[in-house]
Amino acid sequence: MSDTHHEDVQSHVKTYIKVFVALAVGTLVTVLASNIHLGIVLGIIVALVIATVKGSLVAGFFMHLSAERKIIYWVLVLTAVFVVVMMGLIMFTRQDQQGRQQGIFAVPQGHVPAHPAE
Amino acid sequence: MSTAIEIPYNSTERPDTGLYNAKLGVWLFLASEVMLFGALFSTYVLLRTGADTWENGAQIGLSIPLATINTLVLIISSVTMVMSWASLKTKNFGKYKSYMGVTILCGVIFLVIKGFEYAHKFENGIWPSTSTFMAIYFTMTGLHGLHVIGGMIVNTYLWGPGAKMWQTDPERFTNRIEVAGLYWHFVDLVWIFLFPTLYLLPGK
Amino acid sequence: MREAHHHEEHHDELPFWRHYIFSTDHKIIGIQYGLTALVFLFFGFCLMLLMRWQLAYPGKPLPIAFLTNLLGESRMPGGVMAPEFYNQLGAMHGTIMVFLGVVPLAVGAFGNYLVPLQVGAQDMAFPKLNMSSYWVYFIGGVVMLGSFFVSGGSAQSGWTSYPPLSVITPQSHSLFTGQSLWLTGMVFLITSSLLGSVNTITTIIQLRAKGLTWMRLPFFVWAQLVTGFLLLLAFPPLEAAGVMQLMDRMAGTSFFLPTGLVVGGKALNVSGGGSALLWQHLFWFLAHPEVYVLILPAMGIVAEVIANNTRKPLWGYKSLVYSVIFLGFMSFVVWAHHMFLTGMGTAINAFFQTTTMIISIPSIIILTALILSLWGGSIRFNVPMLFALAFLPMFGIGGLTGLPLGLASADIHLHDTYYVIGHFHYVVAPGTLFALFAGIYYWFPKVSGKQMNDFLGKLHFWGSLIFMNGIFMPMFIVGMAGVSRRLYDGGTSYLHAQNVLYLNKVMSHSAWGLAVIQCIFIVNFFWSLFAGRKVTSDNPWEATTLEWATPTPPPHGNFLKVPEVFRGPYEYSVPGAEKDFLPQNEPDKKPGDPNNRGKK
Repeated sequence: MSDTHHEDVQSHVKTYIKVFVALAVGTLVTVLASNIHLGIVLGIIVALVIATVKGSLVAGFFMHLSAERKIIYWVLVLTAVFVVVMMGLIMFTRQDQQGRQQGIFAVPQGHVPAHPAE
Repeated sequence: MSTAIEIPYNSTERPDTGLYNAKLGVWLFLASEVMLFGALFSTYVLLRTGADTWENGAQIGLSIPLATINTLVLIISSVTMVMSWASLKTKNFGKYKSYMGVTILCGVIFLVIKGFEYAHKFENGIWPSTSTFMAIYFTMTGLHGLHVIGGMIVNTYLWGPGAKMWQTDPERFTNRIEVAGLYWHFVDLVWIFLFPTLYLLPGK
Repeated sequence: MREAHHHEEHHDELPFWRHYIFSTDHKIIGIQYGLTALVFLFFGFCLMLLMRWQLAYPGKPLPIAFLTNLLGESRMPGGVMAPEFYNQLGAMHGTIMVFLGVVPLAVGAFGNYLVPLQVGAQDMAFPKLNMSSYWVYFIGGVVMLGSFFVSGGSAQSGWTSYPPLSVITPQSHSLFTGQSLWLTGMVFLITSSLLGSVNTITTIIQLRAKGLTWMRLPFFVWAQLVTGFLLLLAFPPLEAAGVMQLMDRMAGTSFFLPTGLVVGGKALNVSGGGSALLWQHLFWFLAHPEVYVLILPAMGIVAEVIANNTRKPLWGYKSLVYSVIFLGFMSFVVWAHHMFLTGMGTAINAFFQTTTMIISIPSIIILTALILSLWGGSIRFNVPMLFALAFLPMFGIGGLTGLPLGLASADIHLHDTYYVIGHFHYVVAPGTLFALFAGIYYWFPKVSGKQMNDFLGKLHFWGSLIFMNGIFMPMFIVGMAGVSRRLYDGGTSYLHAQNVLYLNKVMSHSAWGLAVIQCIFIVNFFWSLFAGRKVTSDNPWEATTLEWATPTPPPHGNFLKVPEVFRGPYEYSVPGAEKDFLPQNEPDKKPGDPNNRGKK
């Protein structure tokens, strides 16, 4: 963005201030929300949604990801895929272990796997 | 060709990629950082779902007010960081110095508050070995703190001795600030996720 | 072509330590990486030679008094290897060979030296970062070696460092224990790899010469690019895991220690609640892509050598490129096939079996393309080519014996037996190492300006080929007989192992034979360096890629004039052309000339 003109920078600065206000508000909202007893699942969802919105604002405007080059997007998409793969498959292991008690791969109740003859 | 060889695209963009070298480099580095913190968050999720009970940060003595102040401090430092870059874009070196100075100061404030939090825990006999939650708390905030320190070292260099480059190669210096900024914003971004995860999420 | 001389005069200003020790020149750094890695390879190999004595003659004193005295009573009481020392040797052999030997050689040395040359750049994108990545690697290596000398010796929980064993062996909160130093060393090595990969990727993307489009990149550069991404994205989770295990050992946390752990009849005094499986996940999330970090640069080298010595273009260049990209991507989603025995559950086993079978497809495409490249070529059987040719069946054996391990039902029988050892050593030892040897013989003239001795090279090749197979082929038999891979006595105390025990001697004597053969290489390396035949041309192999367009050895800044690329990387034996190779930087002749082939 070496060709950015003076006026562009001025408009950037305005955006940065707006983003700052949004981030500060988001921080206060997430703290207030944590004081309301929303229950475990809803509480987690609300907190993570607010964090994601705040994170996107930082990435999108402070880190200029809203208008970045194609290669950067490729790298980040690849990274995001692998993070999801890592977290997802590690969690899948847990689900699968629990799934033996319930779910599609469940071992039927009362069924004991046959042992080979001693 | 002289002794000091000139690597192309240090300050200008390569036409077909639209990037200068350091920008691609820092994004690649940040990608690896995403994987690093991704693994730590995966650990959090796995150990939390595997546990029978899980603490809420506030209930076991983590201070939400201090952490909220720290969140705001880091957000302010992110704004001043990006403003310092914008000042260089408008060729205002004096403004750059003050904004960068505030950024570094914010880093110091963040670490001091973090230090108070740690000290408070140790006084109450809470250590990483106390519980899985505290193990994760200390490991993640500790690694994040190291990242803050790393960023502050770079920023202090660019504020002090490194700023001489503004006289010799202003474009490359502006790029350096942008790159250092990308890293600093990332550190801020990690904290934005750490804050709710460690302090706010309900226990079970 | 001696224009290089007047260039070197410019650099005499640099003091020795800047020029050769803390150099920012990618070629010097590449050589530093290469020499350090070769030393580590040899050291790791020596650890194994020692272990093989205990395996072939369990409980007998080592007949080399000098070594017994050197190692001391604590490690070799009465000349007989102590079990703890055996475990240390096993753990450190794996660690050193993979993280301090092969990867730094394949990526640090070959990648550093050749990538900037092959893309037509003056240096890496970040020369200072490049220097620091070498020195961080060096520190990591020193920490690893130093761990042998702390009380209790080095790490002894295998190169995989599975907890809870690794956390409680030895139980100590001190940093100066083998396992804690292992973890610290790994953090250094990982940091070094990260810096290196950022540099390689940026160099390839940003510093390609004019006209060097993506589909004109030499296959070696593609392999290094994919390898760079593997290192970049797969290593950090292990760094995180390493930090957590360090916390477990030093701060008493329980990331990897489950609740209710009993050690030596006593309940362990920790909070518990951790997951031992988590370490395995994070470890193999790195360590499977790591396999491809070991093998992809090797494939790249073999492709270069084969194209050059068959004097024809690689068969299916594009399918090679797409396969290597797909291979890199898939290598992130197969890791848990190392963990079938942990009882993860059938659904996740089914998933990882499927991805494992899928990932074999691009490997087979690459191997097939390389084999088909031989067809119809006028092959020159020089030393690099011999090593490259031997890579194909050796890697093939390694790959094919891996298929049963990718299927849970077969893996349950074979896992943790010598079969697994045989399998991955075929991939890495006669596979990757042969390719690396091919690379050393192939690029030695460019780096040093001297030719390596041909006869000694052939002796080295044939001896290595015979003894490598003598070591690793019997492992399949021993493994299928059910002998576990980590037995201190090689299976002597087990009834089911009795019929295959004699193979332990075959393997050990082959290993010692291999050591003798490697001495030929060492002699050849140094003799050729100082007294070898000088190369008369900058392009002694008549190759097409850009590294041969530099003076020999290339000066700081590499090229005399900024190169421009006009054609693909493997324009050999173009019909109607004057000579049987067209360098990438050679401009087109007049329109309609057959030399113009390859120009888009």
